Amino acid sequence: MSSVSRFLTSRWGPIITGLVVGILAPVLVKLGNPGNMGICVVCFSRDIAGALALHHASVVQYIRPEIIGFVLGALIAAISFREFKPRTGSAPLVRFLLGMFAVFGALVFLGCPWRAYLRLGGGDWNAIFGILGLVAGIGIGIGFLKMGFSLGRNRPAPKALGWVMPAIMVTLLVLLILAPQFGRDANGNPTGPIFFSEKGPGSQHALIVISLAVGLFIGFLAQRSRFCTVGAIRDAILLRESHLLYGVLAFIVAAFVTNLALSQFHPGFQNQPVAHTNALWNFGGMVLAGLAFTLAGGCPGRQLFLSGEGDADAGMFVAGMVVGAGFAHNFSMASSAAGPAAFGPITVIVGLVICIVIGLTMREVRT
Amino acid sequence: MSDVEIVDARGLSCPQPAMLAQKALQKLGKGTVEVLVDSSTARENVSRLAKNSGWDVTVEEQPGGNYRIILRK
Repeated sequence: MSSVSRFLTSRWGPIITGLVVGILAPVLVKLGNPGNMGICVVCFSRDIAGALALHHASVVQYIRPEIIGFVLGALIAAISFREFKPRTGSAPLVRFLLGMFAVFGALVFLGCPWRAYLRLGGGDWNAIFGILGLVAGIGIGIGFLKMGFSLGRNRPAPKALGWVMPAIMVTLLVLLILAPQFGRDANGNPTGPIFFSEKGPGSQHALIVISLAVGLFIGFLAQRSRFCTVGAIRDAILLRESHLLYGVLAFIVAAFVTNLALSQFHPGFQNQPVAHTNALWNFGGMVLAGLAFTLAGGCPGRQLFLSGEGDADAGMFVAGMVVGAGFAHNFSMASSAAGPAAFGPITVIVGLVICIVIGLTMREVRT
Repeated sequence: MSDVEIVDARGLSCPQPAMLAQKALQKLGKGTVEVLVDSSTARENVSRLAKNSGWDVTVEEQPGGNYRIILRK
C-alpha cells in the first residue's frame, strides 16, 4: 500500500490520475452522463443546487454521485495515509465568495476547468477560448500572489469539523437514493423537497453505483497525487514546475483517445453538447473562474478533495459553489446553448472587479 | 556555519509555501534554509522545488503532522 502511495505522490501520480479521469469521464458519457460532461465539478454542483431547489431550472436538477464520491474517496485516502487533518480559519467567508464567483464565471462558459479539458478532448473547439481565458485568469491571480496576496493561515481544528463535509455528502447520497417527495401541486408537478430533471442534462446520468464508484476512485487517486487542473497551469508559470501540468496533458490526451474509441469525438464549433459559440464570453467567463480558483488555491475538484481531508475552508468554497450555482440560474447569469444569458456578461465584469479587490486587499495579518 | 534562513509556511494555501521557499533559496543562493510546513502536500512541493534547484533536502517529521524541511547547498 505504501509503495502505491509513494508512486502516486511521485511525478507519475498526476499523470496516472489524469489518464484515469480522461478515460473514465468519456465512459461515463457513454453510460448516460451529458455530452462532454462525464465529469464537471461546477455543472454537477449546479445540478445538486437544482435538486435541492436552490434554483428552478428544471433541466439541470440531479444529485450527482461523482461529487459525493470525490469527497468521500479523498476522505478514505486521507485517513488511510494519516493525512486527515481538520483545519480552518483562512478567510472562510472570502473563500465562500470566491466559490460563488468561480461558478458564475464557469457557468458563463458552461464548464469548470475539468470540463473545459473534456470539451477539448471531445472536439468542442469553443473550449479553446475557455482554456485561454482560464490561463489568463490564472495569470492575473499569479500577479496578485507575487504582490503578496494571501488568505492567511489556517489553524488545526477539532476532529469533528473535518467530518462535516463528508457528513453532508453522505446526507446527499441518502437524499439521492430516497428522493423524498412530499406531494404534488394542482398541476400534478412534484413539490419536492428533492427535484430531479425529467429532461435535459440533469436527466442524463449513469447508474448511481457506477458514478459513485468512479467518484470514489478518482477522489482517492487525486487526494494522493494532489491532482489540480488549475495548479497545473499556475505552477508551470509561477514556479517553472510542470509535474501537475503533465497530469492535465495526460487527461486531455486520454479523453481525446477514449472519445475517438467510443465514437464520441465530434470536432467543430457548432452544435456541441451543452455549449455555446460566443468566443468572447467563453473567454471572459473563464478569466473570472481562473482568477477565483487561483486566489482560493486550487481548482474545484481540488477544493472537494481538500474538503475530504478535513479542510473546512475548502468546504466553504464548495458551499459557495453550490449557493452560487443557485444564484447563477435564478438571476439569469448562466449561459445556455443559445449563448450568454441576460446578466452573464455584466456578472463577469462585476465578478472580476470584486476578485481584483480581493486580490489587492487580502494580506496575511501577523499577530 | 553559513547563513540559516527560517521560513514558517504552516497553514498557508498552495502555492504560498513553495513560493516562500523559492524566495528564500534565491535570496540566500547557498547555505541552509529551514522550512516549516504542516501538510504532506506542502512538504512534497517544497522538497521538489528545492531538489530541482540543486539543494539537498532533509525532512524531519514533527508532532501534529508538521514537517521541518532542511535545505542545504
